[in-house]
Amino acid sequence: MRSEPVRMAIVRAQGLGKTYRVADKQPGLAGTLRHFVNRRERLIAAVQEVSFSIEPGEFVGFLGANGAGKTTTLKMLTGLIHPTSGTVEVAGHQPQRREADFLGQITLVMGQKQQLIWDLPPLDSLRVNAAVYGIPPAESRRRIAELAEMLELGDELRRPVRKLSLGQRMKAELLAALLHRPSVLFLDEPTLGLDVNAQARVRSFLADYNRRFGATVLLTSHYMADITALCPRVLLIHEGRLFYDGSLETLTQRLAPCREVRLELHAPLGAEAFASYGEVETIEGREVRLLIPRERLTEQVGRLLADLAVVDLSVSDPPIEDIIGRLFHQGALA
Amino acid sequence: MGRYLTTLRVFWIASLTAELEYQANFLIELVATAGNLVGSIFVLSLFYGRGQSLGGWSWEGALVVLGIYTLLEGITSTLLQPNLSTIVAHVRTGSLDFVLLKPIDSQFWLSARTFSPWGLPGIALGAGLIGYAAWKAGATPTPLTLLGAALMLVASLMILYSLWFVLAASSIWFVKIWNATEVLRSVLVAGRFPVSAFPAGLRAFFTFIVPVAFLTTVPAEAILGRASGPWLLAGGAVAIASVVLSRWFWTFALRFYTSASS
Repeated sequence: MRSEPVRMAIVRAQGLGKTYRVADKQPGLAGTLRHFVNRRERLIAAVQEVSFSIEPGEFVGFLGANGAGKTTTLKMLTGLIHPTSGTVEVAGHQPQRREADFLGQITLVMGQKQQLIWDLPPLDSLRVNAAVYGIPPAESRRRIAELAEMLELGDELRRPVRKLSLGQRMKAELLAALLHRPSVLFLDEPTLGLDVNAQARVRSFLADYNRRFGATVLLTSHYMADITALCPRVLLIHEGRLFYDGSLETLTQRLAPCREVRLELHAPLGAEAFASYGEVETIEGREVRLLIPRERLTEQVGRLLADLAVVDLSVSDPPIEDIIGRLFHQGALA
Repeated sequence: MGRYLTTLRVFWIASLTAELEYQANFLIELVATAGNLVGSIFVLSLFYGRGQSLGGWSWEGALVVLGIYTLLEGITSTLLQPNLSTIVAHVRTGSLDFVLLKPIDSQFWLSARTFSPWGLPGIALGAGLIGYAAWKAGATPTPLTLLGAALMLVASLMILYSLWFVLAASSIWFVKIWNATEVLRSVLVAGRFPVSAFPAGLRAFFTFIVPVAFLTTVPAEAILGRASGPWLLAGGAVAIASVVLSRWFWTFALRFYTSASS
């Protein structure tokens, strides 16, 4: 008898919730004084009933608007804050106990916070991290060389951090965060503020790291390009609740039941000419963009080609940014 | 344990490297500390001008107290101030997260991360003054008094550290409160004089509330070889209790830490 190896989840959240107690305070001096005398507090549920599990080696995108509860969830997964309800397990540990063995297996990169020593070259910070994680000097040199090559970092490691560009600094931050070779990576906006080239480089590094070391990655980003390029699976959190867990394509289909058809016509036509084919998005001279429901796509495209003088036609999904953006703006999700 | 020693070495080498970019500081600090010390000796000499004494202490005995104060100030500038004052910044900017994610004791990291050489002149001047004044006072060192003196100095450091650490750690609740450690520093100035020089009420305050007495007066008595057993025991007990308290307070504070939102 052969048995299939059982795949154990490396990250598991069950009914996870976090409630904050915040001061209920009116703005202005008067409000502050009133608050000082009569303290009122209110409970805010930042995260509610979130359950999911991630298997080793997965690359998962974590989506949600600002304040949706992404960072709170990441902080519970890394043990920085204690959940109010539910359970978390990461790499076989309860994160909030912050055992050394657990901390040695994870890392957290935050795009807007840095751990490198500002006045010193990154190499000095790396030496500190190597000592803290108990990595022998020879091994640490080998790893720095390997990661530096993957990140295309060279001399920058010998220049004071304050003299590095934002992109170089972020790459050095990644090196510092990965020196102990963690198997679970929590990345909170690692490409924040970077230019397009630097973003692409960070992205390909992360893909490379995930492949080479079989690391599990949970990534949040405001740049959809990061998510589409890296994450076959996404978790979408909305107002503290897990709204979607699955592949990016299914999410797109579910959120965008229409596809976008771009037409180039022989001669311009008025909007009324397209009413029977689908919803008109824009008309600019001979260029027309229509939205057509997926299930009628082939039929309508056939009709368009037969009825009108079409020079060129292409079909695409509306940009994912638009879909997600629309989702967050509408607020209500049904 | 070995890892902590290695880490400490790397910590201090890294911070020395950063500080030594500003070599001129060393000279400035030496001049400032020496100037301070001369000023304090002058103030102290005013009390002894007309053959009076201060709280029953001889001129040389009072100088030992001042020497210990200067030594503690030096250690403060070298270790306590640079490390503990950054706790507030860590809490405000949220970089405490990085400290908490390291597989090393967070209190150790926060207390020992930086070594600033600028307090070294104070340490040297303080030690020099202690030695000179103790010799002038006619102290006769025996192994036993030396051991007592060393233990009381260590106890004094433990108390000072704990007081400071607890105050700094309270920034977890009062993120934007004024830097309370500065207030502590000005209260500790009282340690320049023997505690018996103060009126009874203040004496009680400096013994039981803010244990300034154990910071300078008790070690000075140990150095002068006239410390009584009960005081030595009390010093040791206060020291151990304050370190235990700081440890407990830190784990308590961390439970409230939710980190700056981002």
